[in-house]
Amino acid sequence: MPEQPYEPERAIAGTGMGGAMDLAASEATTLEPAPAGPLGTGPVGKPRSLWSDAWRDLRRNPVFLLCALVIVFLVFVSLWPSAIASGSPLTCDLARSQDGPGPGAPFGYDGQGCNVYTRTVYGARTSVTVGVLATLGVSVLGSVLGGLAGYFGGVWDAILSRITDIFFAIPVVLGGLVLLSVVTSNTVWPVIGFMVLLGWPQISRIARGSVITAKQHDYVQAARALGASDTRILLRHIAPNAVAPVIVVATIALGTYIALEATLSYLGVGLKPPSVSWGIDISAASPYIRNAPHALLWPSGALAVTVLAFIMLGDAVRDALDPKLR
Amino acid sequence: MAPSSEPILQVSGLVKHYPLTRGVLFRKQIGAVRAVDGVDFTLGRGETLGVVGESGCGKSTVAKLLCNLERPTAGAIRFKGEDITRLSGRALKAVRRNIQMVFQDPYTSLNPRMTVGDIVGEPYDIHPEAAPKGDRRRRVQELLDVVGLNPEYVNRYPHQFSGGQRQRIGIARGLALRPEVIVADEPVSALDVSVQAQVINLLDRLQSEFDLSYVFIAHDLSIVRHISDRVGVMYLGRIMETGRDAEIYDHPTHPYTQALLSAVPVPDPEARDRRERIILAGDVPSPTNIPSGCRFRTRCWKARERCVVEVPALAVPEAFRGGTGSAVHDSACHFAEELRVVPAQGAAEGPAQGVAEENGSGPG
Repeated sequence: MPEQPYEPERAIAGTGMGGAMDLAASEATTLEPAPAGPLGTGPVGKPRSLWSDAWRDLRRNPVFLLCALVIVFLVFVSLWPSAIASGSPLTCDLARSQDGPGPGAPFGYDGQGCNVYTRTVYGARTSVTVGVLATLGVSVLGSVLGGLAGYFGGVWDAILSRITDIFFAIPVVLGGLVLLSVVTSNTVWPVIGFMVLLGWPQISRIARGSVITAKQHDYVQAARALGASDTRILLRHIAPNAVAPVIVVATIALGTYIALEATLSYLGVGLKPPSVSWGIDISAASPYIRNAPHALLWPSGALAVTVLAFIMLGDAVRDALDPKLR
Repeated sequence: MAPSSEPILQVSGLVKHYPLTRGVLFRKQIGAVRAVDGVDFTLGRGETLGVVGESGCGKSTVAKLLCNLERPTAGAIRFKGEDITRLSGRALKAVRRNIQMVFQDPYTSLNPRMTVGDIVGEPYDIHPEAAPKGDRRRRVQELLDVVGLNPEYVNRYPHQFSGGQRQRIGIARGLALRPEVIVADEPVSALDVSVQAQVINLLDRLQSEFDLSYVFIAHDLSIVRHISDRVGVMYLGRIMETGRDAEIYDHPTHPYTQALLSAVPVPDPEARDRRERIILAGDVPSPTNIPSGCRFRTRCWKARERCVVEVPALAVPEAFRGGTGSAVHDSACHFAEELRVVPAQGAAEGPAQGVAEENGSGPG
């Protein structure tokens, strides 16, 4: 057997790369431009970030624009209902009970003879306030607690997980009946507080899980090897990669919170008349669905459009935050 | 690639045990995974130390310990004489500037929601003293140029690049702070063979350009030989044999090294017929239950009574002491003897891929 040392260098060169000397040449041919997307086609402009790219994307998304329009309109109506509806939602005339559309009342009248149009417009405030604030509260509390538990782990994680288990065991409607029946205040705040109290464990669990998934990626290790602080790792690396499931669940939850407010109002423990809410109107109109379907249809339709707008907005935001989908 | 004798990194008695616990409320330690179990080596300035071994032998844990991503159970890592394993806060951050890591999988080592410019520029955000604010963007583009990427790609996202290009981005990030040591944990094993050669050649070029010292971890023996000045062979958390690349590859004295080398595929059918293939019996023992004495004895065809009771030291074996030649290097075996296992003729023409034992995709 002739003596010749094993030469991996030539073995590597033998793959057709030609060794270090030809590196520049081989790079020139092998470094094809990456799949050209809408990005990178122009010259090097100013630096972009995830959020500014997401915003560029959203502005061109018709679904987003439509949903945003609906939501802006809802917010406007919640703030200034008198701008589009004259009269008070509490001015009712029993003589007009279950009447159809008439002048000044395009949606007709409900069982109590109240103007459905006015009540639907004024009811937006309750639903939007409850839905948005409860979702915000639940998302912030849930993702902060769940995210920290998932990131730091250990004892706090164990304690938090057991607490969420306890909250999951509380039936929402029963909990609402017990907790809200002792509240005398007829405002949205006890309802929102109750929803945050019972809703955060759901988001917390999702946030915890997605943070645990995100923190195992090598880019988190890389950031740590660079000396990044926990705050930086959480905000720059983990949060953007863990937020998508939270956004999706939160937007779906927003719809359920609006519906839950209606349920609680129906049961008499949420908002009570003389407060105005779609939930109160839906429950009041449901016995007369055959005689006066319009009294049920309009508040239910408003509820459905609102819930749909928030869910589709959440979907669009999630897509925009994922560069892989661009 | 001229190694000098001045050590930049000295590792002594490095141990990392992961405790195994039982019980929910009252945790009781019932054992430990001895991932790294007494590793010593020295890395000279400008030198490349290759670490090879099969999957699960503790290579990646060594890499994490070197980058201070894990705290060792015992032992010391001295960077220019200073033990970095007990540092924290500002001192640790300062040391991190000097030891950077290149990761195995370029698909998870880059944040998918950051642009390339943000990824490569992040080191400057963390260490603002490394570059003045207005200068950062230009530096990022320079780095992309250095690693062979178009500097205009700064606004692209990682998923718009191929595996090899992504690994170049990872290397650019590692270089940003001008570190003196780069720990490369299987930097090419996730890439296909033609791209492996490009990335290896890039690392080679950067070493001389930036005066880098590498700890190069891989299970691919051919690639390790190509880039390394010295090689350490790991088995079950310990280095079994270490020496200059020619000493290890052409004059291995430890039976485990010989078995590993005999598994390198030989592209020449004639040479393949002539060579002696050492097939090891059994599996790697569990790192929770490491054999007494020599940890390789359960799979070694030379094992005798002495191997059960006496742990072989990583030193020049008795048989070669006082001698000269390439067989005289550190080898942790009581019965070390030279055995040429790599066939000579024709082997050089083969592909770069020389898979050691198995082509494990998980961290080693």
